[in-house]
Amino acid sequence: MTRNRVRGRLPVVLVLPAVAGLAFLLVPLAGLLVKTPWTSLPTLLSAEVGEALRLSLICASLATVLCLVLGIPLAWLLARSGLPGRGFLRALVTVPLVLPPVVGGVALLLVLGRRGLIGEHLDAWFGISLPFTTAGVVVAEAFVAMPFLVISVEGALRAADPRYEEAAATLGASKWVTFRRVTLPSVLPGVVAGAVLCWARALGEFGATITFAGNFPGETTTMPLAVYLALETDPDAAIVLSVVLLLVSVGVLAGLRDRWISGPT
Amino acid sequence: MTLDAELRVTRGTFSLDLDVTIAPGEVVALLGPNGAGKSTALRALAGLLPLTSGHITVAESTWDGANAFVPAEKRPIGVVFQDYLLFAHMSALENVAFGLRSRGTPKAEARAEAARWLDRVGLSGYEQTRPRSLSGGQAQRVALARALATGPSLLLLDEPLAALDASTRLQVRSELGRHLADFGGHTLLVTHDPLDAMVLADRLVILEGGRAVQSGPPAEVARRPRTDYVANLVGLNFYRGRASGTQVGLDGGGGLTIAEPVDGPVHVVFPPNAVSLHAARPEGSPRNVWPVTVAAVEQHAHTTRVRLDGPPAVLADITTATLAELRLRPGDALWAAVKATEVHVYPA
Repeated sequence: MTRNRVRGRLPVVLVLPAVAGLAFLLVPLAGLLVKTPWTSLPTLLSAEVGEALRLSLICASLATVLCLVLGIPLAWLLARSGLPGRGFLRALVTVPLVLPPVVGGVALLLVLGRRGLIGEHLDAWFGISLPFTTAGVVVAEAFVAMPFLVISVEGALRAADPRYEEAAATLGASKWVTFRRVTLPSVLPGVVAGAVLCWARALGEFGATITFAGNFPGETTTMPLAVYLALETDPDAAIVLSVVLLLVSVGVLAGLRDRWISGPT
Repeated sequence: MTLDAELRVTRGTFSLDLDVTIAPGEVVALLGPNGAGKSTALRALAGLLPLTSGHITVAESTWDGANAFVPAEKRPIGVVFQDYLLFAHMSALENVAFGLRSRGTPKAEARAEAARWLDRVGLSGYEQTRPRSLSGGQAQRVALARALATGPSLLLLDEPLAALDASTRLQVRSELGRHLADFGGHTLLVTHDPLDAMVLADRLVILEGGRAVQSGPPAEVARRPRTDYVANLVGLNFYRGRASGTQVGLDGGGGLTIAEPVDGPVHVVFPPNAVSLHAARPEGSPRNVWPVTVAAVEQHAHTTRVRLDGPPAVLADITTATLAELRLRPGDALWAAVKATEVHVYPA
């Protein structure tokens, strides 16, 4: 009875747009499922779809690992170092978030391309060329996805009580041991949440990837690229690819959510 | 082997200027109000805060000084923090083993030693318990075991009993006293609770506004306070004045008669229960009698404490019978009386 009364007081001004917002987010996904040619699905699940999916999963995972290795120390630097100009650095880190991914891809080409500022030397000295390779896909995805991880981990670090690190120091722990055994475990939920966001962003990456790594089936054609290309030639195949991508991302996120993101167990 | 420190720290408008020496096995309590600089002193000794000037020397080795600074992780210290700061993602055993592991003890050995320490503080059986499942008293004991497990030469206790409720506190205090008695190193206890300090410490240092205003054995400090803060802590009426024979002129106005003649600047104390209150001016034996007005009446456990405006202002503890008889209300005019023999006088 009390519940009903409380519910009855919810203001319409908020409820209506809320429901509309929910519909706006869910109806397109539902439409995708409705339009899926379920009967001809097996024939449309070709070897190319499998290849694109495998490439997508591998590249997104590698990009996430790259983001973890570089992003966690960067987040620590921003949150804990007391470095002058940290606010400015933090703003710079978030630039790829607001940058159109295509622009990111162009920027990567200019720096890491065969005649780019750094790419030139990589090619000349080590014979390494990143653009239009699978490694290039990983680089493009990591470039776009890393801010998600850095922001998430930095937020967790800033919320964590630094006095625990002082307590570790009084127990004789070096800065590195303190980071590994005290700081990192205490922000683990933030790291996992950031890694999941980062992975999801990398999995869906399109603009920077197609600009920097191009579109070579089996080598750089990830699922989003395959969807876009299929849409022009074979719309049904595009739908199938989209559904597969949707199911894989929702499945992985749901699995991780139960295990990690729902908070301390 | 003595710890000798001149702690000088300046931070903004606050400055700490404190000399401390602690003999091996001695427990020194740093007692003072909030903001007196107790935590700053503790952090400086722990190496979490560098000194602005001065030095910290322990048994010939300099921890902090003109051209030396040993960071916290390199000092042989143990710290029990106010809210313990146990690592939430580790078991009680891993918490206690952490210091040993960080200082290079092999894992199995560290865990065995940690288990022995948990047993010593009466927590065997709680090895695998996470801190959030421990009671306040248990968490305090894990924190103590963690601080002592590395065999520190300096133990720092930051308000170690402040987070406990009154009933747990009594028991944990006596246990802490036992462990401190067994500990052979130097101990500094930081607290704002006079009872903790009196029970646990061999010597008190009273800190006010970053300066030591008084130090000595607890009994001495309790008997002869030198500031209003200390007098208030130990519950005495306290006055500054100038004595001439058996008369003391008080700085705040009014005067008192004392039993033994002295001369010069003095401190005067007497306990609130030495004060009797009367509706009419009492006659008879030689004692101090002066008119007062009631400012406030507070009920304590078994007595009633009355704040009275003077001069001199005075605190009086009266029995419930007296309270009933006088029917006190703020603003009432009364007579206060104190026997000259109850008044304790010592040089300022």
